[in-house]
Amino acid sequence: MSVTAGCESLAARHDANTCKQHEHPLCYPDTPFQRISTAMSEIPGDLRFMKSHEWARKEGDGTVTVGISDHAQGLLGDLVYVELPSVGDRVEAGSGCAVVESVKAASDVYSPMTGTVVRVNQALADKPETVNEDAFGEGWIFVLRPDDATEYEELLDPDAYQELVDQT
Amino acid sequence: MTLQQTPLNVRHRELGAKMVDFGGWDMPLHYGSQIDEHHIVRRAAGMFDVSHMTVVDLSGARCREFLRMLLANNVDKLKVGGKALYTCMLNERGGVIDDLIVYFLREDGFRLIVNAATRAKDLAWIRAQASAFEVGVAERSELAMVAVQGPRARAAVESLLSADGRAAAAALSRFAAVESDGLFIARTGYTGEDGYEIVVQSDRVPAFWNALLDAGVRPCGLGARDTLRLEAGMNLYGQDMDEDTSPLEANLAWTVAFDPPGRVFIGRAALEAQRAAGVARVLVGLVMDEKGVLRHGQRVLTAAGDGEILSGTFSPTLGKAIALARVPAAAATDASAQVDIRGKLVPVRLVKPVFVREGKAV
Repeated sequence: MSVTAGCESLAARHDANTCKQHEHPLCYPDTPFQRISTAMSEIPGDLRFMKSHEWARKEGDGTVTVGISDHAQGLLGDLVYVELPSVGDRVEAGSGCAVVESVKAASDVYSPMTGTVVRVNQALADKPETVNEDAFGEGWIFVLRPDDATEYEELLDPDAYQELVDQT
Repeated sequence: MTLQQTPLNVRHRELGAKMVDFGGWDMPLHYGSQIDEHHIVRRAAGMFDVSHMTVVDLSGARCREFLRMLLANNVDKLKVGGKALYTCMLNERGGVIDDLIVYFLREDGFRLIVNAATRAKDLAWIRAQASAFEVGVAERSELAMVAVQGPRARAAVESLLSADGRAAAAALSRFAAVESDGLFIARTGYTGEDGYEIVVQSDRVPAFWNALLDAGVRPCGLGARDTLRLEAGMNLYGQDMDEDTSPLEANLAWTVAFDPPGRVFIGRAALEAQRAAGVARVLVGLVMDEKGVLRHGQRVLTAAGDGEILSGTFSPTLGKAIALARVPAAAATDASAQVDIRGKLVPVRLVKPVFVREGKAV
């Protein structure tokens, strides 16, 4: 996930000096990910993660459910819009396939694996705040069928992800 | 760089605020949910620590004469002690150095409240202009400021005042202030709701904040402050106007007093030239009925050419995206336009740049 728009004078250019000219609450000279620390909820042990804060969970039927981490939703703040992929879309590992928008910023959601979208969480269209309330559960974003199931093993395990979060 | 802290910094952290670096100040963005805080101000009462803003007191017999020249609005509108005026302070090119509120305290004493991020340049400019008028310019950095806003805000503040203070505050008309109980109480704000902005000694502000909490006022962060002011159609300095934008291009013509014609103020000649030639770009409001969020910097496509979004957000009150945009003047009366959102052209409606007033959609 990466912030693609917010106060663009910051998000697009990360120009602290320019931003100091702004009386804008969302304009501050570090990325939100570096600035804000937040109390973490427990990370479920059956998940794998990308450094960019997406999670993946292998289901019994070989599909993989994808969402954004609780840490990520905390950084974004109240979500107001989720742009979902379409069922049947081809997605590539590491490329953007959904967008989550909070009041503060828009962020791309990257696919953790290459494959085909088989299900999307349509409920988020009317209730995007579900991602804030239950990022690892009801706030899932889409389900994909991976081309190569072994890609899953390349993702971060919960301990490695927690370490990454603690460092930021 | 060490961030500056207001006297409420520890309290914000105790209340669970997410803190952000805001123009060099360590300020609360929200205390849990920016949207909840927004609704609290529209429906009840919320409070904001705005101690980062700069209070400047002017003194001297020639204050009024000085301000007639310094400000684009006319301080001669201020006839009664305590009355306030919103105005721009312009450069010679007619560009906005800052927007501010000027309070008439006494004939030899006026108070300015200016933005935090512009503090240094504002003070330098004001001091440079003031010397010829023998006007003293004192920054009051020992003062803190709390904005209490919402339909229940005034009653909550008044419940904490002495009988005299309560009577004085309750009697305030809009855009007026009074000094009472050691507080400077102004019936002003930046949310589109009724309420007070209260200047208080820094050492007293934590107790004052706690008393407001006990009176049922909820703490709100700068995130909600931004969505509230945008719904109310209030400009944000540095984003909706700056030194290269005139008030006429920023929907602030109403704050420029061209009458009387003989009053010479800084920037006047440039504004008159711009007015005579026709203002090329104007500020309009946008509403998007489709899902998504309008953002600063997005391109606005009109029949008369491109414009851009200055401030955009999701409006919690309307449940849809709104924005302030600067577009070619010829497009200002159009009913609709398109906005380029990540390569997709999305239709928007052009509206007057006021979206919500006193809790209701406009």
